[in-house]
Amino acid sequence: MNIQQISVFIENKPGRLQHVLEVLNSGHINILTLTIAEINDFGILRMIVDKPNTAHDILRKENVTSSVNEVLGVGIDDKPGGLLRLIKCFAENKLNIEYMYAFTQKKGDEATMIFRFEDIEAAKNLLIKEGFNIMKKIDIIGDQE
Amino acid sequence: MLYPEKEKISLEKLKELQLERLKWSLKHAYRNNAVYKKKFDDAGFNPDSFSSFDDMKRVPFLYKQEMRESYPYGLFAVPMNKVVRLHSSSGTTGNATVVGYTKNDVEIWAEVCARSLSGIGATEEDIIQVAYGYGLFTGGLGLHYGAEKLGAATIPISGGNTEKQLMLMKDFGSTVLACTPSYALNIADFAAKNAPELDFKKLKLRKGIFGAEPWTNEMRTEIESRLDIDAYDIYGLSEVIGPGVSCECEAKQGMHVFEDHFYVEIINPETGEILPEGSQGEIVYTSLTKEACPVIRYRSRDITRLYRDNCSCGRVFTKMEKITGRSDDMLIIRGVNVFPSQIESVLVAVEGVEPHYQIIVDRKGTLDDIEVKVEVNESIFSDEMKVMSELSSKIASKIKTHLNISAKITLVEPSSIERSVGKAVRVIDKRKK
Ligand SMILES: [Zn+2]
Repeated sequence: MNIQQISVFIENKPGRLQHVLEVLNSGHINILTLTIAEINDFGILRMIVDKPNTAHDILRKENVTSSVNEVLGVGIDDKPGGLLRLIKCFAENKLNIEYMYAFTQKKGDEATMIFRFEDIEAAKNLLIKEGFNIMKKIDIIGDQE
Repeated sequence: MLYPEKEKISLEKLKELQLERLKWSLKHAYRNNAVYKKKFDDAGFNPDSFSSFDDMKRVPFLYKQEMRESYPYGLFAVPMNKVVRLHSSSGTTGNATVVGYTKNDVEIWAEVCARSLSGIGATEEDIIQVAYGYGLFTGGLGLHYGAEKLGAATIPISGGNTEKQLMLMKDFGSTVLACTPSYALNIADFAAKNAPELDFKKLKLRKGIFGAEPWTNEMRTEIESRLDIDAYDIYGLSEVIGPGVSCECEAKQGMHVFEDHFYVEIINPETGEILPEGSQGEIVYTSLTKEACPVIRYRSRDITRLYRDNCSCGRVFTKMEKITGRSDDMLIIRGVNVFPSQIESVLVAVEGVEPHYQIIVDRKGTLDDIEVKVEVNESIFSDEMKVMSELSSKIASKIKTHLNISAKITLVEPSSIERSVGKAVRVIDKRKK
């Protein structure tokens, strides 16, 4: 199963990020990695958490807008050129990356990058064919849900 | 149709009846109320000289401010022992208005509300859940008396307590819902959030009669699909009688004004000039049968259009369009007339955007700035920034196309805009001192 990511809508105002983190904390949600994309008035908080669907439910109860969707976790060699090889592969195959970020935890000699594609399955099949290591949900966030 | 002999009257007979009743109403106000007597005398108008509709232009207007100044009983035209009911508009001291009803007035009010319900296809077989506020506000009791007069089983639940509203819909099998359109959407929101398993298609609810605030056809589509009902617009003002001044019929094309009780004119709000049939302008009301508080040429501030068509329901009564806005709510932004309801139409038309919005107008230097805050719910939220930016620009460009103004769109978190079960504050005009 693919990795699930939870995205949260937050206004660029003091205390809003804190509020979301407090809600997640109250539901004992463990955040494994977090990144924020922002423009003028608002941001989109994207997180890999241990219980994405539970997180979605408790956020909804607190009237916080969020969504859960699948992203691709790809293992790359933790050495010069590792990421480049992967990006080249996307370019050659005309795969458009919507956005990407690094996963903070390392496994052995591999670093993990998180990618959001429009067509996740197409990207996944291609990468497997090219010999990349695709992370499963259980490897990254476990099986608490 | 509940009263075919009255509602299927011919236009000619209707005009005769109106003229006769107008004469009575003008004389009644003049002879039995000091405020009207002075107004008419000051304007040099004697009701005895009133002979045709053309004479209406000589009759002075009644303004909301005069009603406030007459607080509480200054506009009553019967002694208090004939008054059986009092209602009041919301408002603090100096702002409130009071209206009284004789037994006969209450009877007429119940009749026009019953006609409204019958017009939307409700019958004595129906179970009508009245979720308008009960109390000094006319919504609750107006629909309540109307529903009882129709012979329907009437549930006086009043507004609020949405959980219980849903419970009654399920357990009592309510078939008709009466409330404000924003509260109908509140109910849908509440159900989606707290009772996602509830399927409105499985409820017996089949119709809704919504009023007390302006709403759009886009909102109708949304209410109809979310609650799985047919939604109809009912209109009224407490100053005139309460709900039941006009109501849509099953054709859902314009609200029939119950012209045997209310005489309506469309005027230019700036000049007071009476406009020809079909023109857009401010609607002005004159009661034809009311005893306790006659209203003579009351300036409603509501902007609409009146027209007659050959309605499929067979009523000859004039139709009024949905209220475009209030002439006091009308915002003039860089010289363009804008009604909040127009912005609302744009928002609802953009897929998935519910009308939780607020318009903020400010002046930066010499230029007016307009900002529209829109709450982001799950149906429009995306994890992709590209999609969210496109949503803002789509709303902005639609506002530009429809209203010819450039607005800044700000996406905000759910529930960050203040809202209430009753009327919502949609506009903040910071230009006003
Ligand atoms: Zn009709």
